[in-house]
Formats: sequence, C-alpha cells, structure tokens
Amino acid sequence: MTLPQTEPQHLAPSIADLRAELGIRPPGRLVRALPRSLQGFVTNTKGMIGVILLCALMFGAVFAPLLASHDPYRRSGPPRQPPSAEHVLGTTRLGKDVYSQMLYGGRASLTVGLVAGTMATLIGIVIGISSGYFGGRVDEVLTFLVNVALVLPAVPLIIVLAAYVEHASPILIGLVLAVTGWGWSARAIRSQTLSLRNREFVLAAELMGEKKWRILLVEILPNMLSFLVGGFVLATIYSILAEAGLEFIGLGDPSSVTWGTMLYAAQKSMALEVGAWWEIWPPCIAIILTGGALAFINFAVDEVTSPRLRAGRKIGVVRRFLSKRGRSADVF
Amino acid sequence: MRMLLRRLGFYLAAFAIAVVLNFFIPRLMPGDPLTRLMAVFKGKLTQSQLDGLRHAYGYDGGLGTQFWVYIRNLAHLDFGVSSMTYPAPTSDLLFYAAGWTLFLVGIATALSFGIGILMGIYSAWHRGGWFDAVFTPVNVMFTSFTPAVVALILYYGLALKWQAFPVGRAESNGVTVGLSMAYVRDVAWHAVLPVLSIVLVNYGSWHLGMRNSIINLLNEDFVILARAKGLDDRRIRNRYVARNAMLPQVASLALSFGYVLGGALITEVVFNYPGLGKFSLSAIEARDYSFISGQMLLLTASVLIANLISDVVNVILDPRLRSRSHS
Repeated sequence: MTLPQTEPQHLAPSIADLRAELGIRPPGRLVRALPRSLQGFVTNTKGMIGVILLCALMFGAVFAPLLASHDPYRRSGPPRQPPSAEHVLGTTRLGKDVYSQMLYGGRASLTVGLVAGTMATLIGIVIGISSGYFGGRVDEVLTFLVNVALVLPAVPLIIVLAAYVEHASPILIGLVLAVTGWGWSARAIRSQTLSLRNREFVLAAELMGEKKWRILLVEILPNMLSFLVGGFVLATIYSILAEAGLEFIGLGDPSSVTWGTMLYAAQKSMALEVGAWWEIWPPCIAIILTGGALAFINFAVDEVTSPRLRAGRKIGVVRRFLSKRGRSADVF
Repeated sequence: MRMLLRRLGFYLAAFAIAVVLNFFIPRLMPGDPLTRLMAVFKGKLTQSQLDGLRHAYGYDGGLGTQFWVYIRNLAHLDFGVSSMTYPAPTSDLLFYAAGWTLFLVGIATALSFGIGILMGIYSAWHRGGWFDAVFTPVNVMFTSFTPAVVALILYYGLALKWQAFPVGRAESNGVTVGLSMAYVRDVAWHAVLPVLSIVLVNYGSWHLGMRNSIINLLNEDFVILARAKGLDDRRIRNRYVARNAMLPQVASLALSFGYVLGGALITEVVFNYPGLGKFSLSAIEARDYSFISGQMLLLTASVLIANLISDVVNVILDPRLRSRSHS
C-alpha cells in the first residue's frame, strides 16, 4: 500500500525557484573548490572588501621602493608644494615627497601592527590555553595576570616609558603594545579552552595517554582557529591605531617615517593652519583604510563563525518568504 | 557582597602592581632623572645641588629606602614638586589636569555607551532592515577610526575652516570660573569637539557588541517562553532581551575605560585641552618626571575605580550575582 500523497508533486517549488525567490545564488565553481570553512568567508562581501583593501595597502608597502617617486627621508623639492605632476601628493614643510612617505610609512605602520598583533595573540594563546586547560592554581595565577593586563591602561604606561627612552622607535612601541594588548585574546581563548577541554575528543586523547602539549596544540588549538583569527585581527587594529596615535602626539621617533610620524610632523609644522591639506589627508586616509579593512575582516569572521549573526543578513527575505505562505515569521 | 570584596582586593593588587612598575621603570631605564638633568645643566651643578635634587626626586639611599620613601610620599598624595609649575607641588597640576580629562572621558563614555546601546538594540531587533543595513557597516568603519585622525578632521573642518567651535582650550580667556550659566555654557562649548571625537571613535563598538549580544540571546528558552506567553514585543525587547544583553556590555564598559582614556589623551593634544595628555607631553619635554609618574598612578587609579563601579552596577542589574553571594 502506498501512502496517500498530501501534496501534489508539481506544486512544490524547485530548488532553483526557491533560490531565485530568496535571492540566493549558488556558489560558483571557484568558490566550491575551496575548503568549507573558507567558502563562507569568501562569499562575505564585507570580509572580501576588507581583504582586498588590506592587500592593496600591503602591496603599496611591500613594493614601496618601486612605486615611490622620491626618497621619503630626503628633501626632494621646494617646501609645501601642493600636489603636482612631479609630486603627486605634494611635499611637506621640509620638502619631502608626501606620496613616497605614505608608501614607506605603510611599511613601518603595517609591520608594527602585524608584529605586535602576532605577539599579542601568541602571548594570549599561551596564557589563555594553559590557564583554561590546567585549571586550579595555574588558572588562578594566570587569570590574575590576564585581569591585570586588562585593567591597566596602556597609554599612561607608554608615556612613562617614552619619557625615559626619548623617541621610542616603532619597534619599541610595537613591543609595548604587544605586552599591554594581549589581555582580550587571552580571556577569549581561556573561556574557549574551558568549553573544549571537557569534550569527548579531548578526553579520548587524554585516555590514550597523549602528551599534554600535543593535546593542547593538536586537539584544542585548531578548534578555536576562528577565535585566534578574530583576536589577531583585533590586536592588529589596536596596535596600528595606537602606534599612529602615540607617534602623532610625539612619543615616537621623529626621524622614522610612519603614518603616525607623518601626522606628527604635519601637525607640528601647523600644516592645517596654513591649509596644507595634502600633508594631513594621505596618512589619515591610509590609517582609516587600514583600520576599516581590518574591522571589516573581523566583522566577517564573526559572521562566518556565528551562524546566527549571518542569518540576520537574510532575515527580511526569509520573513517575506514565510508570510507569503501564510506561516508565522515570528520565530526569529 | 563577597564578590565585591574579592574584586576590591583584586583592584588593590592591580594598583600595587602599577605602583611597583612605576617605581622600577625609571630606575631600570638607562639614565635616571638626575643624569638627565645633569645633561640639561651641562654639568654646572655643585655636589650639594646635585644631592639636593637627588633627594627631591627620591633617588638617594639604597633601593629599599627609596621604595619606602616613595610609598610614604604616595600615601600622603605627595607626588613631589613639579618642575613645570615650580614651586607648586605636582599634585596641584595633576588633579587640575585629571579633572578635565575625567570630565571629557566621563561625558564621552556616557554618550557613546548610550548611543551605541540604543542603536545596537534597534538594529538587532530589526535585523536586515534598512537601519541595520546602513548603520552596522558604517559603525564598523567608525570603530576602526583612531582618535588622532577623527580629532584632526573635526579640528580642521569645524574649528579651523567653519570656525563653528573654538580651536582649543577648555574655557575662554577671562571668563570667571564659577557656577554661573555663562561659565557652564563656555565650558560646554569648548568640550563639544573633543567629546565628539571620542564619541565617534567609541560608540560603534557598543552598537556591535549589543547587537551581537542580543542576537545570541534571541533563541534562548526564556525569550521563546516570553513570546509564547504573548507578551508584547516592546516588553520582550526591553525587559527580557535588552536587560540581559546589557550585562556583558556593562562589564566591558569598565574595561574599555582605559582604552577610551588613552584616546582622550591623544584628543587633548589636538584640541590643546588642559588635560593629563597635553600636560604629560609638556612634562616629557620639560623633564618633569614627578608629573609623568603621577599621571600614570592617577589614571590607573581612576580606571580601577571605574571598574569597581561597574562591578557594583552589574550586581544591581543581575540578581543572580547577589543570590550567589548569599549561598
């Protein structure tokens, strides 16, 4: 006996129809070739805008010697020239080429940001994972350290350091930012480790007599990759912005060329007051674009790893879809 | 109550760490204030003058004695004599500047928290709507602005070009300080741009945090139950979801205070605002080491106090924290 068909087959919409109605495009061939975890990221518009922007900025920084028109450290023309064919973005008060400075400045700013971000994430991983996994005394001590790192404000401390070092090099500033900026990722990683360490696969590894470090590195760490990426991106944003800010107020080494010191030099020579906008805008825009690109990447990582956030994007379409069929759209 | 006491103990410990750092950084760095001052005076100091200076800066005797003197002075809120405002004690200038900084940061934090939270609630509740579609990405952009850049742009556009706001300082020349309407208006007028630059940089992260926090709560049982009971949408949003989603935000509000403060110090420099940031820079140039060490302790203390306040607020908002401390 066959079951009675409640709905005639031909009324059910085809997948193609549903996709058209919901505005979903099937992933292209190139996208499908990627691993699953990357597919979500690649199709995220905000994330890709961020990646493309960041790549463009890094391209400019890496190939600065080829792209730059002048030596960024030397006088290459009359002071305070507005943009011209010879100096695409004009010259500074000291006659240095702004365009070349911006390219070279990206080298220091991006390197410091990425290195400080990496270091902060590494410290966060070591401290976060061990305090989450070992628990007990170790956890108490490390959590105390994390909380101290979280509450102690970084800038006043850097002011103290700067007073004694005089002209902190970008590397020193990056170091200090890494040492003060790891608290957030350590905390996130600790709570993530806590929730992972009681899972079956970790227990199984323990019962099999795996070494502790192997459990940490091979079993636990890969399972929070998205947290690490998110934490790394945040730490990098923080470092790039903080470095620019500190150098801008004059705590950096004025002889180095970074976006922060460019702003410092411009501000110090009253560039805005005399209307030399070309001295201020290029570093400002470079900093904004870098920060924006990283923030978009972080936002995309959040969306990809938390499906509920991602679902939010399509909610209007889904609501319309359901109510058209007389279903309640209140469940969201 | 016990939880609050434990937190208080932690803040005291954190402050002790800051105090120790503050004591050792100058002493571990190459060149203490004395050798630096020697360089300034080009060696034209007699031995007795040098000893006097050494004593004034607390650098005479062994490390143990130095630390003891340092702690004792600190306990009396004695930060030494400022070389910038000699012979006034450093604490005068410190507290004057800290007043302006905390004024800026307090107002800016309250504003950005309020605006961000409201925007977050609205855009989470109407996810996918136009408000969410426009403001969520825009606010992501704003979170990645740095105070230096935003302050510069506002300074250039609104103070220099358009001349709608004063180009600096916290009050006009010759205005009488007091609780008069004119003075309050004058101070508010000068605070608009600095506050605005701090708010613009910070409100976005509250928007995003609140939005994420709400969206993650929407499928919780208690929200579904509230819906099943047929409570109206407003009530569910405000009393059920937003209140719970606020808790992590309040906790991170205090932690963000140090970050906001750092931004405010930079903003002060752009607007020539008489806060700790501006004076710290002058202090570095003037080699006023007592001011520099004072500003760190003062700012650390205010961040810790802000954290303590947020703990208290969290206990008030979250009855679970209270009941746990009873058991």
